[in-house]
Amino acid sequence: MVGIESYAVYLPVPRLDRADVARVLGGRGKGTRPVASYDEDATTMGVAAARAALRAADGVDSLWFATTRPAYLEKSNAATVAAASGLAEEVAAYDLSGALRGGAGALRAGLSSGNALVVASDLRYGLPGSADEAAGADAAAALVVGADPIAELIGSASLTSEFLDRWRIPGDVRTRTWEERFGVEAYVPLVERIVDDVLGRCDLKREQVDHLVISTPHARARSTARRGFEQALFAAVDAAGLGYAGAADLAVGLAVALDAASPGDVVLAVSVTDGADAFVFRVTDRHANGPRSGLADAPDAQPVSYGDFLNWRGLLPREPARRPDVKPPVPPASRRSVAWKFGFVAARCGSCGYRNLPPRQVCLRCSATEGFEPEPMVDVPGRIATFTDDWLSESVQLPARVVAVDFDGGGRFECEMTDAVGRELAIGDRVTPTFRLASVAGNGVRNYVWKVRPHLEED
Amino acid sequence: MGSHALTTPVAVVGMACTNFGEHWDRNVDDLLVEATHGALGSAGGLGVGDVDAFWLGSMISGVSGLTLTRPLNIAHKPVTRVENMCATGSEAFRNACFAVSSGAYDVVMAVGGEKLKDAGYSGLEMPSVPNDGTPPVLSAPAMYSMIVPAYARRYGVPEERIKEAMTHIAWKNHGNGARNPRAQFRREVPKETIAAAPALAGRLSVFDCSGVADGAAAAVIVRAEDAHRYTDSPLYVHALALDAGSGTGRNDSDYDYSDLAEASASARTAYAQAGITDPATQISLAEVHDCFTPTELVLMEELGFSERGKAWQDVLSGRYDRDGALPVNIDGGLKSFGHPIGASGLRMIYEMWLQFRGEAGERQVADPRFGLVQNQGGSPGDLVSAVTIVSDRRP
Repeated sequence: MVGIESYAVYLPVPRLDRADVARVLGGRGKGTRPVASYDEDATTMGVAAARAALRAADGVDSLWFATTRPAYLEKSNAATVAAASGLAEEVAAYDLSGALRGGAGALRAGLSSGNALVVASDLRYGLPGSADEAAGADAAAALVVGADPIAELIGSASLTSEFLDRWRIPGDVRTRTWEERFGVEAYVPLVERIVDDVLGRCDLKREQVDHLVISTPHARARSTARRGFEQALFAAVDAAGLGYAGAADLAVGLAVALDAASPGDVVLAVSVTDGADAFVFRVTDRHANGPRSGLADAPDAQPVSYGDFLNWRGLLPREPARRPDVKPPVPPASRRSVAWKFGFVAARCGSCGYRNLPPRQVCLRCSATEGFEPEPMVDVPGRIATFTDDWLSESVQLPARVVAVDFDGGGRFECEMTDAVGRELAIGDRVTPTFRLASVAGNGVRNYVWKVRPHLEED
Repeated sequence: MGSHALTTPVAVVGMACTNFGEHWDRNVDDLLVEATHGALGSAGGLGVGDVDAFWLGSMISGVSGLTLTRPLNIAHKPVTRVENMCATGSEAFRNACFAVSSGAYDVVMAVGGEKLKDAGYSGLEMPSVPNDGTPPVLSAPAMYSMIVPAYARRYGVPEERIKEAMTHIAWKNHGNGARNPRAQFRREVPKETIAAAPALAGRLSVFDCSGVADGAAAAVIVRAEDAHRYTDSPLYVHALALDAGSGTGRNDSDYDYSDLAEASASARTAYAQAGITDPATQISLAEVHDCFTPTELVLMEELGFSERGKAWQDVLSGRYDRDGALPVNIDGGLKSFGHPIGASGLRMIYEMWLQFRGEAGERQVADPRFGLVQNQGGSPGDLVSAVTIVSDRRP
């Protein structure tokens, strides 16, 4: 038996109001969509989802990371996700970067391997006024695949089809598309065919499906294809109302459907892009405790102005402050401290018990030189010891909220507090660690660090 | 083991200080030459060849002693460059004093100079060692602004009252600088203007921050017994203290950002050397490191001038004003004199040189007994502090 043992969805906190977009660009808009914050990228969002999914799971052998907006090319982003998710060096980590279909590919690879972490994470944007900007969702999802699942894989099927519906040149902001009718003609029959194919393999009829996910970048093809099914099957995904999440969309949809599913339910998840992939799961008795995605407990959304959003995506560059260039972290130093930098692993002194952040050769409290125990801080909340707003920071979003944090059980670290735009801070406020970008230097090096965000009761 | 006053006391017998400010038309060489020649001139017309050894303080304006020898054409002398962040000027002075006190040399100089305004930035760019990107990157005002909520919480004082005290300090130091021809900013600023300025970091506005300036200062130092060979009014050194903290406060939850322990430790050491038991009454005037207004506020407690948690009241009552019981930063301080890093510690001593010789003009303090100079580098929890005590009486 193989299937999904645990899963989680990460939605960034900022929300872009489409009415705000319309005020700038004209036209009409309503509702909001989640957008990655100024210090997030596909990698950091993937880490947030992966960390949450791994909390309820045992170790994995491999990691499969899918995104169409990879933070780096050539250099593996999966390796960063693995390090920041606390996975052992022995875990193989692979990237499926570029194609939307990588999301389905990562799931298939993970299920094939039998004991894997599947992470899909994406940012959806384009030129201002584009459909991707209006209808997309920045999100990540992670699924732990194993032999003791809450949703057992019953069957899967795939079709590959070569045609150009949408394409993006590496490095471009804009994704181009062919005319809409063409995509409908191409995609809708693929949906019909893959659903019949996979249900046939599973010896199931359409009526036996309880929850259906159809993930495709082509909005009109999706609405057309849906007409062939009972609309109630889409209830879970419709209720979430997130928008298309790119390479993460299939996994996000699957997680949302699983949240709504009960033991015995059949969940059919279909990805339709450059072909089609379908996965049929039957929910097991292990899935008795209700929703696991974390969506229900997500922090309060925070509005972001259209101007800030465009600035964050590099689409409305602002005159920078007269400040020295951002200094990039240097690779040898980052490699030496990989457990600290990426895993946020402190060292607890064996003599006095104080947690040293970062780890040191000589304990900062008692000067002991040996007996340190590595101690991961990722799930350790803390309190604000003092704080300030730094208008001279090199952070993209000003003022940078800077806090000194005293962690529960000992240890002090100063860092930026994120997801706190406009938030009133006070000494004693509860905070929790989160993996983010400190800066991107002129040489393109992305400085990933652990920051803190407001603590949630669910953390 | 122990820290002691110099067995052989020393004295300053010549000093000079350039104007501090934005010297767009002068480089660090020009500034060092003016300060060095000026100090030699005030020591009875010595030449560089009469000086046996030099200590140069500079943080970012040059490396090695050659930064001083090249512009001055000093040849075949022991010349050492020292650096200890913003306490660099005091460090140059301290090491020069030790050298002459030890008997190794007869006449030495401490020279500090810095050229900041060629960097192109209005702040100070600290040299940094390549690293893994995890050390927190805060601006200097941000680091010092963290004092304010911490101090307010520790003593149960509303932040608004602390801001009033900060505004008073900025107002006072601008007023003092207006009376100093060498200061960078020579204009009084109304409290309303200071209080209304937009924030740069926490509750700090630009008026709470020291000026970024170019400048240099220099001192000629000899053994106290030789001082009158060079001048009728030497400035005697009673204490030289330096305290470097472990730099761990920002990673130690025992540290609460409301104090500057290195400053109090260096002051204690200095008071012991000078035989001072009640600094609040025995110190007649003080030049302290007002890099930011909360720094000066907290320093009043660290140096023993105010009770813990009460400095803000003393500041607001005018105790540290020019006409108060203990004038602090009567030359304008870093706030309005400006802060060329390597020069500032020596600039502070230069004010003492003027005050104890009765040459401070409209800033003159009547009959000063002891003068204290406190100069620090780093940030709360990660600090070095130097305290020097001087007077016109031979120890």
